[in-house]
Formats: sequence, C-alpha cells, structure tokens
Amino acid sequence: MDPVLSSVRLTVREAVHTLSSSEDGGCIFSTLEFLKRYLGETENPALPAEQEEFARLHFSALLRCLVSKLSPDWLGLLPDGQLEELWASFFLEGPADQAFLVLMEALEDTPGPSFRLMKMARLLARFLKAGRMAAVMEGQCRQQAELAFPLLQEALLVRVVGLPDRLANCLQHENLAEFFPQRYYPLLGEEAVRVLQAVVDSLRGGLDCSVSFVSQVVGKACVYGRQKEILGVLVPRLTALTRGSCLWQRVCWRLVECVPDRAMEAVLTGLVETAPGPHTLSRLLGNLVLKSKKARFVMTQKLLFLQYRHSTPALQSLLGYLAVDSQRRPLLVQALKELMETWGSSSAIRHAPLDQQRYVSRAVLICLAHLADAELQDSRDELLASLMAGVKCRLDSSLPAVRRLGMIVAEVASARIHPEGPPLKFQYEEDELSCELLALAAPQPAADSPSEAGSPVTPDAAETPDKQTEEGGVLQVRPQGSDSELDSDDEFVPYDMSGDQELKSGKAPMYVRDCVEALTTSEDWERWEAALRALEGLVFRNPAATREVSVELAQVLLLLEEKTSVAGFEGLRQRALVAVTATAPAPVAEYLTSQFYAVNYSLRQRMDILDVLALAAQELSRPGRLGSTSPCGSPGPTCPPSCARAPTWRAVVDERIRRKTRRFSQGPPRKGLAGSPNEFNAVAGYFFFPLIQGFDRPLVTFDLLGDDQLVLGRLAHTLGALMYLAVNTTVAVSMGKALLEFVWALRFHGDAYVRRGLLSAVSSVLLSVPAERLLEDLPDELLEARAWLADVAEKDPDDDCRMLAVKALLLLEKLRDKLLPLTPP
Amino acid sequence: MAAPPDPQFVLRGTQSAVHALHFCGGAQGREHQRLLSGSLSGLVHIWSLQTRRAIATLDGHGGQCVIWLQTLPQGPQLLSQGRDLKLCLWDLAEGRNAVVDSVDLESVGFCRGSILARGQQRWMLAVPGRGSDEIQILEMPSKTSVCTLKPEADAKPGMPMCLELRQTDSSPRPRLLAGYEDGSVALWDVSERKVCSRIACHTEPVMGLDFDSQKARGVSGSAEKALAVWSLDEQQALQVRGTHQLTNPGISDVKIRPDRKLLATAGWDHRVRVFHWRTMKPLAVLAFHSAAVHCVAFAADGLLAAGSKDRRISVWSLYPPS
Repeated sequence: MDPVLSSVRLTVREAVHTLSSSEDGGCIFSTLEFLKRYLGETENPALPAEQEEFARLHFSALLRCLVSKLSPDWLGLLPDGQLEELWASFFLEGPADQAFLVLMEALEDTPGPSFRLMKMARLLARFLKAGRMAAVMEGQCRQQAELAFPLLQEALLVRVVGLPDRLANCLQHENLAEFFPQRYYPLLGEEAVRVLQAVVDSLRGGLDCSVSFVSQVVGKACVYGRQKEILGVLVPRLTALTRGSCLWQRVCWRLVECVPDRAMEAVLTGLVETAPGPHTLSRLLGNLVLKSKKARFVMTQKLLFLQYRHSTPALQSLLGYLAVDSQRRPLLVQALKELMETWGSSSAIRHAPLDQQRYVSRAVLICLAHLADAELQDSRDELLASLMAGVKCRLDSSLPAVRRLGMIVAEVASARIHPEGPPLKFQYEEDELSCELLALAAPQPAADSPSEAGSPVTPDAAETPDKQTEEGGVLQVRPQGSDSELDSDDEFVPYDMSGDQELKSGKAPMYVRDCVEALTTSEDWERWEAALRALEGLVFRNPAATREVSVELAQVLLLLEEKTSVAGFEGLRQRALVAVTATAPAPVAEYLTSQFYAVNYSLRQRMDILDVLALAAQELSRPGRLGSTSPCGSPGPTCPPSCARAPTWRAVVDERIRRKTRRFSQGPPRKGLAGSPNEFNAVAGYFFFPLIQGFDRPLVTFDLLGDDQLVLGRLAHTLGALMYLAVNTTVAVSMGKALLEFVWALRFHGDAYVRRGLLSAVSSVLLSVPAERLLEDLPDELLEARAWLADVAEKDPDDDCRMLAVKALLLLEKLRDKLLPLTPP
Repeated sequence: MAAPPDPQFVLRGTQSAVHALHFCGGAQGREHQRLLSGSLSGLVHIWSLQTRRAIATLDGHGGQCVIWLQTLPQGPQLLSQGRDLKLCLWDLAEGRNAVVDSVDLESVGFCRGSILARGQQRWMLAVPGRGSDEIQILEMPSKTSVCTLKPEADAKPGMPMCLELRQTDSSPRPRLLAGYEDGSVALWDVSERKVCSRIACHTEPVMGLDFDSQKARGVSGSAEKALAVWSLDEQQALQVRGTHQLTNPGISDVKIRPDRKLLATAGWDHRVRVFHWRTMKPLAVLAFHSAAVHCVAFAADGLLAAGSKDRRISVWSLYPPS
C-alpha cells in the first residue's frame, strides 16, 4: 500500500476518533485545523496526492461525522462560534458535490423541527449563496465521460433540481425563502450560466468539457414546470452571450441537444415562449430540428397541432425560426401544407374548439407571411384545394365566429396563393380579431428587438392615422375658433341643434287600411316608406281596425321587399309585424306558423317568422302590458330617439324631488306592480305546436334536417324562448313534454348552433314547467335529459354548449332541492 | 350645449294660417307695443304684447289671404296687402280701425310690396305690376304711378317674388331689390328704370330677401336647400358672398334683426333658424311649430315672432340686445 495514502487514512481515523470522543474544545479545534490542510487554501497545505486521496475517500465520512456531532453543547465548547465557523468551512470549501449530497442526506434524515435541522438548512442557504451550486455542476461537467459515475450523477441531479420540494418537506413551516421555487430556480439559472461560462473558458484553453449535466438540470427543471423561472434567467443571458461569439453558440446548441428526449418538449416549449423573437431562437437552437427527431416532432407537430395555448408572439417565434435558415424552410412549407389541411378539414371544423381553430388560422397566416411566392407556387394546387374546402365548410357553419374566421383567412390566403386571380373580398366588420389576423399576414420586420415581443405592431399602425385625423380635425376647427374670438363683442353661444333632422314629408297614412294599400300598390316611394314607418304606431293605436285586416297585413309585411334603400327597413318591418301579431295573436300566429313550413319562402323569411313569433310572444307575456300599450314599448331592436330621451327627464325630475323632499322615514315602496293575466296564456298553443310539428318533413326547397341547419338552430332557440315565455300558463306542461321529445330526437345533431338551441330549450322547460308536474308527468324524459346533459357538459367541443349544459344541470339540481323537502322522509 | 329654447309665449286665436307679421309701436315702450298678424282668412289681428290678447281685428280683404303688413313711420297708419287684389291703408290712431284708402293691385301673385318713406307725407310704394314680370312703383298717398319696371325682353326672370325698396346714405336715388321666380336677385335703379346688377343666386324661386344697408350685404332664401348671402359694392354691382346649406328645403321669409346681429329664417320644415348675421354661424333651430312657418318678424327691442300654417304665432326672446 502506498505510504502516503495510508498516512492520510490514519490521520483521518485519528481525527474522527478525537472528534467523536473528545469534550475538549481546543483539542477538537486543532484537529479540525489540521484536517483543513487537506482541503488546501491554508499556509502549509498537504501534498496534492494526499488532498486527492482525502477528497476521494475520506471527505464524505468526515462530513457525516461532523454532522452527527452538531449540537448546541458541542458548538459551545469554544466561545464566539469559532467552532461553528470552522465546521461550516468544511462544507463550503470542500468538494462541492460531496458536501451537497451529505447535507441533503442529513437534512432528509433529521427528524422534525430541531436545532440541528435549522443549522443545516442555514448552512445550505449559505452554500447556495456562496455559489457552490455552480461548483457542483461544474464538477460534473469536468469529469470525463468514462469516469462519471451514473448513479451518483443521477442522485445529484434529482437533488439539485428537486431541492425546493425536498426542503419544503423537511422544514415545512420553517422553510427559508431561499428555498422557494421562485427564488431557487432563477438562482439555478444564474449558476448554470456561470457553469457554461467556465465550460467556454476551459474549451478556449483546449480542455475537453461536457455540458450534458447542465442540460439534464435544465431539462428536469423544465419538466417540473419551472420553465418560466429558469429560462427567464437563462434565455436573456444566453441571448446576450451568443450574440457575438461562435463558441458560445456552439455550447448553447450543444446544451439543447444534450437535453434528454423526455425533457425535450418542456425545454423547447419554454424556449419558444421565452425567446424574444425568431432570430434569437435560431441562435439558441441552431439546426436542432434537423438533428433531433424528437425536437422536430415537438416543433412541427406538437406545438402546432396538438396544443393551442401558446401566445401569438410564441407562434411567430416558432414559425419564424423555421423560416430563418434555408435548411429549415422545407419544414415550414411542410408545416403550412399540414396546417392548411387541418384548416380545411370539415371534421376538424366541426369537432375542434373555436380557440384551436383561431390558433391554426394564426399559424397559417404567419406561415404565409414568411414564405416567398416561389415556394408557394410549388404546392399551390394542394394549398388551394385545402383552402377552398375549408372556406366552404366555414361559410356553411351556423356560428358567426367560424364564418368570420373563414372569410379573413380566405381573403389573405387566396391573395398569397393565387395572386393573379381576382381578389376575394368578403363583407365583414373589422374587429380586434380581424385586425390581429390581418397584421399577422403582413411581412415581419427582419430583426427582433426585445420590445417587439412585448408589443405587437398592430396598435402603432392603427394609432397613427387616428392621430393624423385628430390633427386634421383640429386644423379644421381652428379657423372657426379664431372667428368666434372676433365675436367677443357679441358672444352668441349656439343652442343644441342636434334635433335638426331632415323632415319626412307628411304623406303618412292615417289608417291601417291605407297602410296596407300603400304598401301593396303604391308606386310613390315616399308614401310607401312613410306607411312603413307609421304602421307600428297605427297598429297599436287602432287594435280593432288591425284585427279586421290582421292576416292580410301580416301577409303583406312578410312578403314585403326592400325596393328602395330605407334606413332600418328590417327593423321597421319586424316591429310592424310584431305589433300585428301581438294585436291579433291567434289568426296571425296561425298564419305565420303555417307559412314557416310552406314552400317558396327564403330562409331569411323563415327566420323572420321565427323572430317575429318570439318577439310577439315576449310582447304578449310582458307584465303590465294592458295598462300601458305604448308603441315604443315593443321589444324591437331599435328604439326611437324620443323613447330614449324620456328616462333622462324622468331622472332629472326624480332627482329634483328627492333633493327637495325631506323624509322622516323610508318605508317600502307603496305601489307594487299591478298583477295582470299573462295574455300569452290563451294563445301559446297557436305559436308553439304548429312550429314543433313539421320539422322532420322535408320539402323540396326546405330541409330542416339536411342543409338548412341554421334555421333548425333558430327554430330550437325560438321554441325555447316560447317555452320560457309560457311560464305560468296552463299549456306549459304539454309544451314542455313536446319540447323534450323534440330535443331528444335531435340531441346528437352535428351543428353546435343547433345543440345550443336544444340546450337552452331544455333550460327553459326546467324553468317554465312547474316542478311537481315535471316529476309527475315527465320523469323518464328528465332522467334521459340529465344523462345527456352530463355527457355534453363533459365532452362537447363547443364552449357555449358545455356552459349551457352545466347551467341546465344546475337547474335540475335546484329542482331536486326544491322537491326534496316535499317528499316524506 | 344648451337645449333648444322654448318660445317666450304663443299667440293663438287667428283661427287660420298666419301669413304676415309686423311689429309696431315699440318706441313708446312695451305696453304700447303691438304685433300685427295677417291670416289666411283675410283678417288682421292686432295683439297687445303686454296682455298677449288680440285687441282688435280688422276685416278688409273679403276673406282673402293677407300677405303683407306694414305700418307707416309717420303715424299709426297700416298698410295691408291681400290676395283680393287690394292694398288697404288703415287708420289706427286712437283706437280707430277704418280703411281710409285702398289701392287696386293688378297681380294675383304672392309677391309682397315694399315702401320707402322719404318725407313726412310722401312715400313710395313698390308692388307687383300688371304684367307678370313687372313691378309698379307708386307715389303715395296720391297713388300716382311713377314708373313700371319691366325687365329687358331677353332676360325672362319670371314673376317678381319679393321686393325691397332702399335708399342708401351714399346715394339719394332709390333702389329696389327684387327676387325673381328664376332664382335671381336684381337691383333696380328706380329713377332710371334699369337693372344695375343682377345675380343668379338660387335655382328655385326667391321667396324672401332682406338687406343690411350698413354692411351692404343681403340675404335671400328660396325654395331650395340653401340661403344665399350677397353683397353690393361701390359700383352698385351685386356679388354672391356665399351660400349656406340647410337641412331641409324651402325658406318662406328671411329677416335681419334691426341691430343687424341676428338673421331669422322661416322654413317650410316647420322650423325657424337663427344665424349670427355677420358670420352666418347657425345659432339655434327653433322647432316649435307643427306646420310650415310662413313669416318671421323682429321687433325694435329684439323680440322675434314667427307665424305658421299651424295657426299659431310664437314669440321668442333670443340673445337680447344689450
């Protein structure tokens, strides 16, 4: 045996013995001082061979011995904490990996809150603060691959990354702030950068080094879900460091490459979200997607098709990364093809949530912005086919949001894919989404600045013209302003002149019959328009005269076409029709419902019929309707300005009365709403049953169960509304029964809008039909509905459907709660 | 911005549409101030602005519409022009109300006359003449025809629609501003019987005009949707200064307040519009009447009256002169 090594072993054994048995502070101190020689950094250090031997074989044992001696009495053997300082220095200055492992092991073994536990926790905090974690990782990086001991490395890795969890378990309420994940992982990030710095330095010095341990640490931290904390520190530092240095870039690429496959997704997701732009991402990743299969899958499939939670800047970074390098561009083309395929697939449109459709649309537009025309031309047919299929499916959809999405993407994409053709142009109103999507389609600026990721370009672009017009407005105003300054001798302040509207000619008919005549035969368009405008008021003022011609009038209004451009034509016609229906409910409702299933009507007219029926039912069931039959009380979409102005003067008067009146006590308001019978009661059947009967009989031009699902959706909504308005009526029970049957027949309809209608119909049944009658007459239907609702609430792809189902379930629960007290125990 | 004002008071009781308004007697104070109104049924009502009641009714036009009322400066004498082709001169002094004289007219149009009182006794009257495009100038009270103003043969301006006799301080010669059916405004030199200047400011007949001789600026309203402001330069030439667009077509009368600060227009759209006269800035739209407004009048103290087809006379106090 080598004499040097045996001498070290002897010394250590003696020292351990002294430490464990001696009660003499001076003796212990000198023993420890002597042992410190082996750690170096003293005046007369031991021989290097001795140091190495000590570190390799005896250090852990010594540390364990030191840990076991830790107690208040032992530390008190020497004054002023000399012993404690010396004790700690072994952990802080000795080989970091062993010190860390021993510390962690001791922490986990020490039970409960105790002096020793807290001492060691503080020591660990000092250990972290002194930057020893970098030493732990650096030690692993410097080891040659063949010398590395995988089991030890694994243990170290688990403890380095899992430190916050472990410490939280040990210390529980006594946990120190340094070990909170919010503090620890940024620190780990900083230490990783220091390790990488050391690696770069030693590579410069010609020494071989491996970054795989750091990769594993980063990967594991990301798998633990701490991307934001650790990458939030790492990415900005690496961004700065890789800017000028090829070596740093190589190290960085190597760092990501060495991330184990199972952590690759977590790391890449974090990087894509944290990186400020595609160029930075490209510097950090290099051609990783070409080298690693897993990385390629994550970047081109998982992030694009399987997830949709990422923000638009992240998506831009990701697709921009693919576009930056010519070797990666084929991947971008491939991604666009697949995206378009998904975008155009009718099954995806039906089953994917709206958010995911938006996400895919964004990705498509970003891809289009990055690709050059030549690249698009190569796969033009394929792209066009998918595009057209998608546009068709989307425009057929009964959800407005889906239709809009189709229009926006189709406009942009067709302009790029098929630039020589006539431009596609849809009529849609601009909103936040369309602005955002159109901005995405514009080519991106070349360089990415840190501010770019934070603030998208759109608001700036939108604000500039506003400012210009504002300035223009100011310029226009100024001459007038200066003019009025000259008027200072006679300052005449203008009165409000907003009431100065164009005067309609006084050709309005005075009788309902005249209106009918004017609307059918008049070639005088002013009179025609005046008749249309006057009709609603006339109908409300002359109910008897209206009843005489009600069906004729309803027919005229239903078939009325907008021959001249009358502002608010639809609203006027609808309000007049509602007024007629509310005045003579039975005959008109009978007529309208029969026309709903008649041939030769447009979808628009059929939907008008549904709207009118619902609005008229609402008008009829409005409480207090008999007392005040005011024409502007009708629930029309627009209200005449006089009606809007009335409450303001009322508010002013009320306020004045309140201010000038002194009240000694405030009792409850004297006058409640006068009760009156629900007028809808007598006629609800005329509205409801003819509508619900014919939905499954297709006509030549009208097939509710086929293509005309939009009308079916409207029908379901209208039936729900009628059901809801029939609350407290005698027919409610049979209506509810019929409606539940209707819902049951259509419950698996593929269109989300129809399903929404059905769900709201179920809710209105639950609200309108008395609870006792529901349980007595419809128990089976209720049970079936409940199972269906639970299924929808869980699995339906449409957000609104799920929400409506949950609401209906809540209503069912309430119903049960209401009935439980009634049942005998 | 303040809500549109309400009328100070409303005079009801003419029982037919009001076609002419005229204030008189304001100089002696409010209690002597009278408002005269001429109605479609041929009656002239004299209203006291203090009691706000009609104090007398003059019936001299045989049930035909009274279209113009004017008092003479030299005494309580009233001129009323009716569509019965008569122009009556009433004596209103000391509560009398009798026709003292009348002039037979020869035009059945709606053109209102105009007077120019030069001396204490003699005054000049312009009324539409026998021919459809003629204007007759009479010397009053002798009723002698001074001249007939007939446009040149090739001009064809149509009927005269409104007249305004003026005598500016710079020149002693009387001038006549006339608005014609073709939308033009002509300035006649009465003594020379020739047109000094003529401008086409409207495309529809001129329904009313008023002239501010101090600023040498006038305004005219027509059946179309715009007011025209024009000016008269040193060479007695008319120039269009600008047009002011309105919301609705049809102006039946325009009046400038005596202090030359406000302009009021009577609109077919039931509304009286008030403008700042110098800048033509719109100040108020008075929407009180429920039928076309036929005439507006200003009192010496700034009170504004408007008479309408809805048989009411509204009286407004806007921007009182300081």
